[in-house]
Amino acid sequence: MLAVNFLLLGAALFCIGVYGVIARRNAVMVLMSIELILNAVSLNFVAFALMSGAIDGQVFALYVIAVAAAEVGVGLAMVLMIYRNRKSIALDELSEMKG
Amino acid sequence: MLAAEAAQLSSGWFLENVWLIALIPIVSFALIIAFGKHLPMKGSEIGLASMFASLVLATGTAIQWIQRTNSASGGEESLGMLQAFGRSMPRATEGEVQPFIEPVVHTWVWWSNGPLEFGIGSSASGLSVLLLWLVAFISLLVQVFSLDYVRGDRRYTHFFAAITLFSGGMLVMLMAPNMVQLILGWEIMGLCSFLLIGHWWEEEANSRAALKAFFTVRVGDVGLLVGTAIIFFGANAWAVDNLDSNGFDINAIQAWALSGEANSKFLLWGAIALFIACIGKSGQFPLHTWLPDAMAGPTPVSSLLHSSTMVVAGVFLVAQLYPVFWQAFDIGQGSLTFIAVIGAITIIIAALLAFVQDDIKKVLAYSTVSQLGYMMLGLGTGAWLPAVFHIFTHAFFKCCLFLCAGSVSHSGSHHSFDMKKDMGGLRKKMPITFTAWIISTLALTGIFPFAGFWSKDEIIDNVGNNGYTFLMWVGLGGAVLTAAYMTRATYLTFFGEPRGAAAGEHNGDEHSEEHEMEHISVGAHEPRSLGAAANAHGADDHDAHDDHHASDGPHESGPLLLIPIVILAFFALFAGLANPTPLASRFGEGIESMKKYVEPSSTPVAFEDVIATGPGESIMLVDGRVSASPNAEGAAGGEEGAGHSSGCGFDAPEPGTACFFPSVTHAEPSFNKILLSLGVVAAGYAVAIAFNIAFYGRKNKHLVGLTERSKVMRGGFLFLKNKYYLDALYENVIVRAVAHPIAKGTNWFNQNVLDATVNAAGEGARRTGVWVYDNIDQRIVDGAVDGSGWIAEETGHGLQSTQSGKVSQYGALLFGAAAVGAIVLVLVNVS
Amino acid sequence: MNALILATDNVNVAQNVAFGIIAAVMIFAALSVVTTKNVVHAALWLVMVLAGVAAQYVLAAAEFVAVSQVLVYIGAVMVLFLFGIMLTRAQIGKETGLNNKGWALGIPVALVLFGLLAWVIVDAFGDDVLPDRGPAPTVMLSDQFLSIYLLPFIAISFVLLAAAIGAIVLARKD
Repeated sequence: MLAVNFLLLGAALFCIGVYGVIARRNAVMVLMSIELILNAVSLNFVAFALMSGAIDGQVFALYVIAVAAAEVGVGLAMVLMIYRNRKSIALDELSEMKG
Repeated sequence: MLAAEAAQLSSGWFLENVWLIALIPIVSFALIIAFGKHLPMKGSEIGLASMFASLVLATGTAIQWIQRTNSASGGEESLGMLQAFGRSMPRATEGEVQPFIEPVVHTWVWWSNGPLEFGIGSSASGLSVLLLWLVAFISLLVQVFSLDYVRGDRRYTHFFAAITLFSGGMLVMLMAPNMVQLILGWEIMGLCSFLLIGHWWEEEANSRAALKAFFTVRVGDVGLLVGTAIIFFGANAWAVDNLDSNGFDINAIQAWALSGEANSKFLLWGAIALFIACIGKSGQFPLHTWLPDAMAGPTPVSSLLHSSTMVVAGVFLVAQLYPVFWQAFDIGQGSLTFIAVIGAITIIIAALLAFVQDDIKKVLAYSTVSQLGYMMLGLGTGAWLPAVFHIFTHAFFKCCLFLCAGSVSHSGSHHSFDMKKDMGGLRKKMPITFTAWIISTLALTGIFPFAGFWSKDEIIDNVGNNGYTFLMWVGLGGAVLTAAYMTRATYLTFFGEPRGAAAGEHNGDEHSEEHEMEHISVGAHEPRSLGAAANAHGADDHDAHDDHHASDGPHESGPLLLIPIVILAFFALFAGLANPTPLASRFGEGIESMKKYVEPSSTPVAFEDVIATGPGESIMLVDGRVSASPNAEGAAGGEEGAGHSSGCGFDAPEPGTACFFPSVTHAEPSFNKILLSLGVVAAGYAVAIAFNIAFYGRKNKHLVGLTERSKVMRGGFLFLKNKYYLDALYENVIVRAVAHPIAKGTNWFNQNVLDATVNAAGEGARRTGVWVYDNIDQRIVDGAVDGSGWIAEETGHGLQSTQSGKVSQYGALLFGAAAVGAIVLVLVNVS
Repeated sequence: MNALILATDNVNVAQNVAFGIIAAVMIFAALSVVTTKNVVHAALWLVMVLAGVAAQYVLAAAEFVAVSQVLVYIGAVMVLFLFGIMLTRAQIGKETGLNNKGWALGIPVALVLFGLLAWVIVDAFGDDVLPDRGPAPTVMLSDQFLSIYLLPFIAISFVLLAAAIGAIVLARKD
């Protein structure tokens, strides 16, 4: 099997995730898109691990999974809090940060 | 055989168990937190006992260190043996070469990551033993002082817990054999200083001061982390190859820096980053603003943290890693160094600021900043020993001054620190405090024969001797200013007419300092419950409180406050005799005990004699030999003459040997220079006394109100009063800049450039969309998008206004920019 | 394109076929995640993608990572997502306004990015054939974790702990 297969699949998932982050308005959806990006990255890690014969790539894939779990936990807690305060999780309404 | 035995460096139980000195306070901290509230003295006895135990251990360590040093050079046999091997190179100025006394290192593996092991343990060298003893000693006295001073405070137990942990952190840092442990201790101190400065956090000013101190120091701490990392990557390979150690080991770093194989870029940037950490911690010029604000903490805290221990952590770091700074900044070549310039600036600006403070503790705080500037100036110009010695002497008299200020406010001025409003004429009421204050003041200003004279004049003398004439005059100017502002503080506090609380009245003029002190003072006489204490600002409480104190008036403090003050004043008088260089010509060099026992020798040591100092082995260097490589004559033999420019720190050591300390020069004391500096200080005193009497005493009408009448004077006064507008700069300009102008600029950019672009793009896209919608089958548009049909009806609508969602817009820009950047990189690389 | 790869690649036909099928499903599911109008459906499509990724891990001889992927992502993260959806949206079913007004901006960005990545990948690894190694024993993985990657391992533990505490603090009602 060609290495390009995995890498192109990863690239496609990554770009779909990027599109999702940009296009989605709902905060939960944006988080899901971020999950797509993270999975694309760990897919690449695993593919490279297979290619090089070193197992380090798999180790990093596991780290990515752990970080993703933490990120989702905190991210969803923040979304919950935003929802509780504003009754909406539309990201384009959250523009207090603008200058 | 005898000779060989004599050459063994002696060690002993105390030297091998230095780690206990730090462990005891840290364990005590846990005990105080856990059980303190249930003990008869609310946990303070544990703190006192632990500091006392540490002091005993530190004293034992110091004695054994002295024995160890003597065992290397003192015995005649060893000298004979040294000469037999041709190691002893007579120096014209300094007698025989001292062999390098290896530190007693004792480490355990803390954790390991692959081949890299992080150790924790203790390293007893001259410098660390000196400061260990000093910190244990000062901490014990300050805790005794605190017994009475914070009595009845509602967080009495926590106060003692934090102050004990603070001492523990400082001790951990001082004995650190590697940078990781040093950072650990450094951060413990940072945390405890935050807790202690914000001890009375109910007042907003106090919690703000604590935060300010914490954040300002943190700015510098980033430098510590970055610098440690840079040095690690620079030194690791060398240390592993040559010393079987790693790049965190402090001894290895010292040897690496002087090995001549160190990459100068790593050295330079590492040293700059580390010095930024020192700027933050030791309150040097741009980041000194936190120190005076930190006076919001209780006075014992100011005395311990912000005069004699925590703020010298930065100075200690420079002194400990001196080879790094020496090589990075070319201190040996006499170039004007970053460290020296910062130190000199700090001396002058802090001393000037001390003139316009009304709060007695802030005068002392700025004085501390200024004195730290002296230490940095000394280190930056190659005067290592005087700078370290100044840490030692400064600790006694500055601690004493702070405790005197505490005593004055505790018993004399109704818990006020305002010299102008609530003090004056206290010398008759508080004779012991007054005497101690005067002794310490004379020591601070460097009057013979008080402690400060021996160290400060040595710094100034050596700065001049090493070729920095201008900086020497800066130092002398600083000495004049010191004399003047201390005269002002002394006059306002102890002379003249009693004012405000010192006159026995409690004016209703409440400033924040009084408020903070309310909790203790009330509690001191009638222990209160938490609820009642929280009510301490209530009107009825206040009145009762006033009556009590009004009847008392100013009086001398109790024995628990006075004993530490008296002991410290004693040391302020005599500590200078630990290294009286000017007397050395008369009494011989043996009298310079600091030089003999604290300053590391610059003799190269053969690698095989440096038993691995990395972690993972238990007792190391215990039987380290006096080891100077036989072929190191060239490196060790500094010729006579001003600034011998050879030896460690100038030439790379012979292959197979390592230097641990650069060969610094020592100024020959000269009577003229001493006279000059004493005269300068005396002149400063004379002018200041005359001025103070005229200004504050007789209210000379030419002088009083001068700042209102003369524009120049007023400008200068306001400039100082506002602390050079540095705080304003930080808070109003830099901090606000993030929130306001830059944000505004960003907003403008966003509104006018980005949005315009996006609008234009959107408009263009809309027209295109309309055109496409009108002209081409909408399914092709869909296909161009993602093949599903439902988008078609929204295409034009969606493209109409692309500027709505901010977050996603930024996301798009981020990824788009990343893509464009990557394309550019790819193109550059391909072509 | 798959046919092309199959023709040129003589290593393992079954593996390639499996990869192609799973990849196609994954791409479709991923596109559905970012385009569907129903939040719950998006979450379910995401499950599909994640399961696909796990399957690809198996194909890439990373069985432990695959198992972790199933346990952590499909088991835990997805449940979190569904809770998040339920707690923030009463309505289950089609919604309007899931997309930004400027959503179309994402299309060119994603396409440019994909074009770039694809070009770079093909340019760099165009001919590399993945070796047929067989699954790596989990013991090797644990050896790595407990030796040279110990420090990151400890760090990630702290990150998870901090995240757990942080999530509780953030989401707590008080």
